[in-house]
Amino acid sequence: MAEEVKASMSGTVWKVLVEPGQHVEDGEEVLILESMKMEIPHESPCDGTVQEIVAGPEAYVEEGDTLIRIEED
Amino acid sequence: MVGQASAKRVLVANRGEIAARVIRAVQGLGWHAIAVHSEVDGDSPHVRMADSAAPIGPAQAHKSYTNIEAVLHAARETGAELVHPGYGFLSENGDFARAVERAGLTWVGPRPEVIERMGDKLEARNIAAAAGVPVLPGTHEPVAPEQAVELAREIGFPLMIKAVGGGGGIGIARVEDEAQLEKAVEGVQHRARTLFGNDRLYLERFLENPRHIEIQVFADHHGRRIHLGERECSIQRRHQKVVEEAPSPLADESMRQAMGEAALKLVDAVNYTNAGTVEFLADNDGNFYFMEMNTRIQVEHPVTELVTGTDLVAEQLRVALGEPLTLEPTPPAGHAIEVRLYAENPEKKLLPSPGTIERITLPVGEGIRVEHAMRDGIKITPFYDPMIAKIVTHGRDRATAIDRMREALGQTRVEGIRTNLPLLLQILEKDDFREGRLSTDFMREHFGIA
Repeated sequence: MAEEVKASMSGTVWKVLVEPGQHVEDGEEVLILESMKMEIPHESPCDGTVQEIVAGPEAYVEEGDTLIRIEED
Repeated sequence: MVGQASAKRVLVANRGEIAARVIRAVQGLGWHAIAVHSEVDGDSPHVRMADSAAPIGPAQAHKSYTNIEAVLHAARETGAELVHPGYGFLSENGDFARAVERAGLTWVGPRPEVIERMGDKLEARNIAAAAGVPVLPGTHEPVAPEQAVELAREIGFPLMIKAVGGGGGIGIARVEDEAQLEKAVEGVQHRARTLFGNDRLYLERFLENPRHIEIQVFADHHGRRIHLGERECSIQRRHQKVVEEAPSPLADESMRQAMGEAALKLVDAVNYTNAGTVEFLADNDGNFYFMEMNTRIQVEHPVTELVTGTDLVAEQLRVALGEPLTLEPTPPAGHAIEVRLYAENPEKKLLPSPGTIERITLPVGEGIRVEHAMRDGIKITPFYDPMIAKIVTHGRDRATAIDRMREALGQTRVEGIRTNLPLLLQILEKDDFREGRLSTDFMREHFGIA
């Protein structure tokens, strides 16, 4: 089942720390959003494999937008 | 004094409250203030205040406010003669300062190479040590992670491991003892490699519960330099200051003079010009150690202005043009406190709280000064710093300044977004604050906020 990493607030994607196909663990930092000069880390909600980077570096996102899809183990 | 006949044109390469502050100083000299703005800031108060304005690009700061080409282009198009960078953005970018000078304009700040030398935190520390300014024990050059473990044992614990490429609290780890060392080095190395592409580190002894005390310095192009005493900025969260004051409740006249003289040694060592701030960590016994130098006007400069009766920004503009320093060393008159009102949600660990300010009421009254660029209906975007306003109070003593701050914050209302206002009021009520027992650990100790 695909889980989604969603933006916790509006901001700009600063760093994507994973690649499609990469295995990640529950709680692993997968993306860092920048909002008001602050880095907001986003973590994987599950153990799984990165399926798709929906919002890449520099993408502007609103709160709740999907950032990364992860296929749960 | 420069009169109307030689009215200068000053491009203010910034936004928000500091742009408004600089524009006011420019106009106070009878000169012409030119604002710049990104696509989301076209209708901002700093643009409305200015005598003219130029667009510099999209909302994201690296495409506008920190885009050297865009800002230079605006300066040329608008016939600017001086460029004032404010703080943040391009203010400590040596390449920008150099480009401004090469374009034949006057840079309001120190020489580009001085900005660069002080911007390299390791070099700055080495210069300070060589000039006889106290520094904490640490590495003198970047080290590879495998050397770090051995060097850490020599420096002693607790210590900080810092990534050379890091900053703003990223790529830093505090190590309490040897048991934590290897894991911490690995962690910082990993983060530094992922985020900055450079895994070189440096180490510095960590001072327990230090106070952050800084000295305002000013030097002209004729060899005259002074310090204007200290500011204490110990109350911080995420390495960002929240409450600042002058004088420091800790510093007595002899500590003030010792810190001032140390700061001036650094000024002399690099032939510093214009306004600058030398930041120290201090312990409660009055020992102090150089941390870094900020080669620009600082956010908290108003507390110094209030206790010394000066206009530091106007002085920056005059000194940049080669005029002699008009400031005199002045003992602090009364006490001033500044708080930073941030768009941050106190119920969500002070995470940013972007949105639209439907209505804002800022305080007015005796001994109250507010620096802001706000109005009803303004949008606080995620693109820039979360500071909404600086509220500053001044009184004959610290207790009076604190009472005035309570009054000022009591008048303050922000509707539409969450702010740290409730937290600011709580800080003022703490006995440790009222009695001046401050440390950079204050927010963690009292509110569990790092």
